[in-house]
Amino acid sequence: MIRQFGIDEFIFILLSARWTLVLTLIALSLGGVFGFVIALTRVSRFAPLRLLAGAWIGLVQGVPVLMLLFLSYFGLALAGLDLPPMIAAGISLSLYAGGFLGEIWRGAIQSVPHPQWEASAALALTRAQQYRYVILPQAVRIATPPTVGFVVQLVKNTAIVSIIGVVELARAGNLINNATFQPFKVFAVVALIYFCICWPISLLARRLERGMHAGRPG
Amino acid sequence: MSFQFQFEPVFARADVLFDGFLLTVQLAGLGILLGGLLGTLLALLRRLVPALGLPITAYVEVVRNTPFLVQLFIVYLGLPQIGIRLTPEQAAVITMALNLGAYTTEIVRAGLDSVHPSQIEAGLSLALSRWQVLRYIVLAPALARVWPSLSSQFVLMMLSSSVFSFISVQELSGAASNVEQDTFRSFETYIVVTLAYLGLAMVLRLILMALGAVLFPSGSGLGRLRQSAGNR
Amino acid sequence: MPVVQVDQVHKRYGPLEVLKGVSMAVERGEVVAIIGRSGSGKSTLLRCLNGLEPIQSGRIEVAGHVLDASGRGLRALRKDVGIVFQSYNLFPHLRVAENIMLAPRVALGLSKRDARARAEATLAQVGLAEKIEAWPDNLSGGQQQRVAIARSLAMQPKVMLFDEVTSALDPELTGEVLATLEALARDGMTMLLVTHEMAFARRVAHRTIFMHQGLLHEEGPSEALFGAPRTLELRQFLAGGLK
Repeated sequence: MIRQFGIDEFIFILLSARWTLVLTLIALSLGGVFGFVIALTRVSRFAPLRLLAGAWIGLVQGVPVLMLLFLSYFGLALAGLDLPPMIAAGISLSLYAGGFLGEIWRGAIQSVPHPQWEASAALALTRAQQYRYVILPQAVRIATPPTVGFVVQLVKNTAIVSIIGVVELARAGNLINNATFQPFKVFAVVALIYFCICWPISLLARRLERGMHAGRPG
Repeated sequence: MSFQFQFEPVFARADVLFDGFLLTVQLAGLGILLGGLLGTLLALLRRLVPALGLPITAYVEVVRNTPFLVQLFIVYLGLPQIGIRLTPEQAAVITMALNLGAYTTEIVRAGLDSVHPSQIEAGLSLALSRWQVLRYIVLAPALARVWPSLSSQFVLMMLSSSVFSFISVQELSGAASNVEQDTFRSFETYIVVTLAYLGLAMVLRLILMALGAVLFPSGSGLGRLRQSAGNR
Repeated sequence: MPVVQVDQVHKRYGPLEVLKGVSMAVERGEVVAIIGRSGSGKSTLLRCLNGLEPIQSGRIEVAGHVLDASGRGLRALRKDVGIVFQSYNLFPHLRVAENIMLAPRVALGLSKRDARARAEATLAQVGLAEKIEAWPDNLSGGQQQRVAIARSLAMQPKVMLFDEVTSALDPELTGEVLATLEALARDGMTMLLVTHEMAFARRVAHRTIFMHQGLLHEEGPSEALFGAPRTLELRQFLAGGLK
């Protein structure tokens, strides 16, 4: 039975976007924590830790997100954890986000000028206090535009988890297409919804970027 | 936990994986070449013909704010509806060229913008046409400066080619899913294939670095631009 | 007993030996200028006194804190020894008040109110009381440098180190910073200054040290040292520097 692509189909697709957003939020929060650890480890004074974090970043940036997904999906299953696809998807996207955010934030931390470290050390601050009060506040400023930019990549990459059966936007499109056989229309709608999510974030990232170069701190 | 790694069944199908590997190399190579050319051309066009600014920007924004996978579905599944039938491989290369073209347009634009206006004035004052100024004075320094960003984008594109398995292209990850279904050794299969991608990404980076060193040799002005961008 | 005591300090960057066995002492309340060519090791010596540069051998004692090659006890030392840099190094994300209050609060554990009181007092001392809520970027170079001085003073250090603090300033702005330094000296602060301002050193410093090729080459009361240099190297340096 072939259905027409009507308002019900459209609403089904539109509602499935909430899972795209949920996945993005999971990956952003878990991956954010993970990325923060990676970034701090990457600039640690302890060489083996630095190498370890570097290896993780190299791995995540050197393999397809699809492979991270399969490895965590099948790996977790083998470890005896029979997780729903949604959770497996969230975990793999977090691993991916952690690698990229870790690298972005490492760059931000290292672009805080070295004299800021010296000046705060000379004022008898501990290393933790230097991070907390002097380095990180400046790094956050530097890291915000590329971090927001990365969110766009993250939203788009959630489409990949449709392959393990999570009914997010892309998968919803597939389902509707299988029922209506109107792929052009269906995927144009899907693309449009992604665009409506991603474009404002892209614009925000660009505005922040320009603000950085034009404005002064404060 | 009683799981034991068994790589033998996977290695027994090494020929399938190797064919997939070769197809990934070919598709990615072709896609990078076409996408890189398309993007460079569009970036130049936008500079020369202001009227094209809006359509080119629209193209760049649409592509950069929608998933590659959905673009692939539109090209492969959607285009036949308007009478354009493509093999999965053709659809793959076209989608890749269009996608990478948009990113390249944006990166090269940034490169063109980074060339100081005085350079352009100097060229125009020597009676060169606007096209000649772009071609002989602006393009090479622009590309040299963005070569590191372009290289990263090319590597990302190669990695994204893994989603071609969604439309049953038998490239590396498509081959992997076949091997996985035949051998029931999913985890082992994907470990092997992940390592293959990792190796391919490293080799591609090395090739692009070498290419950059040839196109924008160290010791020349262009080499300095390339290296200063790489160190940032 | 000297408040700064340096014995046979050696400092290397890789194969390059910058300090080749430096010894010196500074008494409480003394103002000592350190002069010399760039590369003579004068800034390195100053940075070693604050533990910013680890030393390979020798012994440094400042305000009762001993620094050796192990690098222990750094923070305790830094609470008593302030340093002001050539490039100010204010924290750009903090207002002037917060720049000054940060270390007293987190390193010394002062209450917000006490730290604020110190910020007000030290800013008044450098003549910038009205800039307490300003952002560093909105201040001139000279003002930024005076805030940096106030920031160090707020730790109530026993010794202050000044590393070419006027070198990054336009000539018309050096005066206000030098006046601040002179006022500090009058108040009895123990000060070590690496400087290119020979006239200032001669007038304000009780004693001047001339460093040459990683060693103390000549030292003495400023008036005598500038008026009658004994070594050829110092004569050449002063002739070049005062031209």
